[in-house]
Amino acid sequence: MQDRCLRKLGLLLGVVAFIALAGGCKKQVASRPPTQAAPQPTAQPTVTLNASPSSVKSGDTVTLSWTSTNATDLDIEPGVGKVTAQGSTPANPTESTTFTITATGPGGTATADARVTVGAAPVEAPSSANQSLSELFEQNVKDAYFDFNKSDIRGDARANLTKTAEFLRSYSQVRVTIEGHCDERGSTEYNIGLGERRAQAAKNYLISLGISADRMDTVSWGKERPFCTEHDEACWQQNRRAHFVAGH
Amino acid sequence: MICSGKSTQTKTGRFEKNKENTMTRKIAISVALAIALLLCAGSAFAQDWFKTGTGLGVSKARLAVPEFGLRAPAPPALEKTFHDVLWSDLEYCGILDLVSPSFYPTQTPSQPSELKFADWSNAPASAYMVAYGNLSVDSTNLAAAGFLSDVHNPTAPIALQKIYRGAATDADARRLAHQFADDIVAKLSGGLPGIAQTQIAFVSSKSGNKEIWAMDYDGSNQHQVTHLKSISLTPRWSPDATKIAFTCYVPFRGITSPQICIYSTASDRLISFPRYRGSNSSPAYSPDGSQIAFMSSQNGDPEIYVTDAGGGNLHRITFAAGVNTSPAWNPKTGKQIAFVSDRGGDPVLYLANSDGSGVEKLDLPDMGYSVDPSWSPNGQLLAFCWRRPSGNFDIYVMDVISKQLVELTRDAGRNERPSWAPDGRHIVFESTRNGQRQVWSMLADGSEPRQLTYQGQNESPNWSPR
Repeated sequence: MQDRCLRKLGLLLGVVAFIALAGGCKKQVASRPPTQAAPQPTAQPTVTLNASPSSVKSGDTVTLSWTSTNATDLDIEPGVGKVTAQGSTPANPTESTTFTITATGPGGTATADARVTVGAAPVEAPSSANQSLSELFEQNVKDAYFDFNKSDIRGDARANLTKTAEFLRSYSQVRVTIEGHCDERGSTEYNIGLGERRAQAAKNYLISLGISADRMDTVSWGKERPFCTEHDEACWQQNRRAHFVAGH
Repeated sequence: MICSGKSTQTKTGRFEKNKENTMTRKIAISVALAIALLLCAGSAFAQDWFKTGTGLGVSKARLAVPEFGLRAPAPPALEKTFHDVLWSDLEYCGILDLVSPSFYPTQTPSQPSELKFADWSNAPASAYMVAYGNLSVDSTNLAAAGFLSDVHNPTAPIALQKIYRGAATDADARRLAHQFADDIVAKLSGGLPGIAQTQIAFVSSKSGNKEIWAMDYDGSNQHQVTHLKSISLTPRWSPDATKIAFTCYVPFRGITSPQICIYSTASDRLISFPRYRGSNSSPAYSPDGSQIAFMSSQNGDPEIYVTDAGGGNLHRITFAAGVNTSPAWNPKTGKQIAFVSDRGGDPVLYLANSDGSGVEKLDLPDMGYSVDPSWSPNGQLLAFCWRRPSGNFDIYVMDVISKQLVELTRDAGRNERPSWAPDGRHIVFESTRNGQRQVWSMLADGSEPRQLTYQGQNESPNWSPR
């Protein structure tokens, strides 16, 4: 029981760490770096614009702040207008907005923008980050398929398991349960054994690719949880597999 | 219920042959004997297919079963239930040939003083034995007085006379009929009682989940035993019929996995049993009830382990890469275990001593996939499911000494998971012959298949001990 709690705590910490990283990443993307102005003899203007916070609920106040050099005329759109060479101003966007500052001087023109996301409360960021982890799992973790009455890893299963191993290497906090499944034909009891063999064959292949055994559990569902219920080979093939389920 | 004209004709024909017999005891025969004779015939192995009839090589006792007399104020509905159940039990017991009621004398006896021997022993009834009696209700109590007389020996004492008592309910009318039927079968089969009071455990999805259910041997009184709301599979009775061990999907260390569950029918609850890593399934009791064999992947490969019935003293008895599962103890000796292994490729039957030594592959005369072993009560025959390379899944019986085979099902859907009745004359199994997977029973020579379940999907039957 204690062991299980610790493991759950570990997984939770892992997920939180991942979310924090993902969240940070998102912010950087949201506020684009200012357009770089290469120093030139004609002294081209430079300008930066920041919106803080970058994500608010509708009606909340955002502070826009900017700096500039070599500019004689500064304009922030939409809704702010002419501003001084540097400073800050409150804004109340009612929908997601990209603010753009245009700096004009003798050497030419420069622009910078800052995106403010409205509607998504900051507390919702974790769930969207979590979604992306499960989406990543869906996209990258591939099940292994088997021949009738067999638990040998086929060529196509090797390719799928190699992709799966790449994902598991990238996200070392992710644990998996490998479920062995069988088609509807034959002994209930034998299929429970065969499903276990398939799950273990997939696990052993991943171990050979460097994935730690203690991140993987195996369980057999025999022929009890089919992915498809038609009575033909196309369907039976869908059901003869080692299926990956994230964490626990 | 009523025999067709065609079968009546056959039975009348058989009467001529039977007439030569005078000793009542000689009619005590069994289907098991018929199978033994077939297996000894020697040609069984070479033949691709043959169908046995229960009367082949042996003759059945010809029994008349007139309706019981009603002692007022017994409700006619109870009499009908009693008679229908008694008729059905005796018709299906495997050792009797019931005389069609259309040949009965107009006056039926309700007690020995009313029995006119010649009316029953002469044509057209041509009976050897008559089972009869009367029903009476005293306030809420039901009493059935049952008699069995040899009408060819008017001077012989009454073969059976007994009063069966219960409540004046349909359920008890059914129960009393089963008791009388079992006593008649015991009397006419040399002491081996019938199976009318046995039960069949099975898996049903009727509730929306696969749960363990139980029913009377004839399919009546179907009731849900477990309420785990997950997946429950492979029920096996303990030898004293007080427990059912089965495969259950339950959480263990945060993962839902197949584990061994044990249900006590006596206390109506689950009994604790250890949980193990990996997949665990297919528990089977030793014949003395002291041990359980089961499949477990707790150390990697799915192998067969044995523990005390309470879970102590765990030890592994198979050591071969691959799947090793479906252990079945020889019920007679307890010293032998049949099981399934794919160590050589396809899953096929093996025999080993109960400590795992002396492993022997049960070679079949064709390739394929042989699974679901079930021992006959005498420990000499194995029923199993064989998928031949060309064929469907069918039930076969093998004599484990001579290795001779009889095919019991053919050209009728997938037939799997046979389980012997304690009388050695019946086998229950699952079949898809009517579309959905349902539980069926048949005589142990493959004749007289009867469908026992109809609603939902029903599978993995296991016949209770007596």
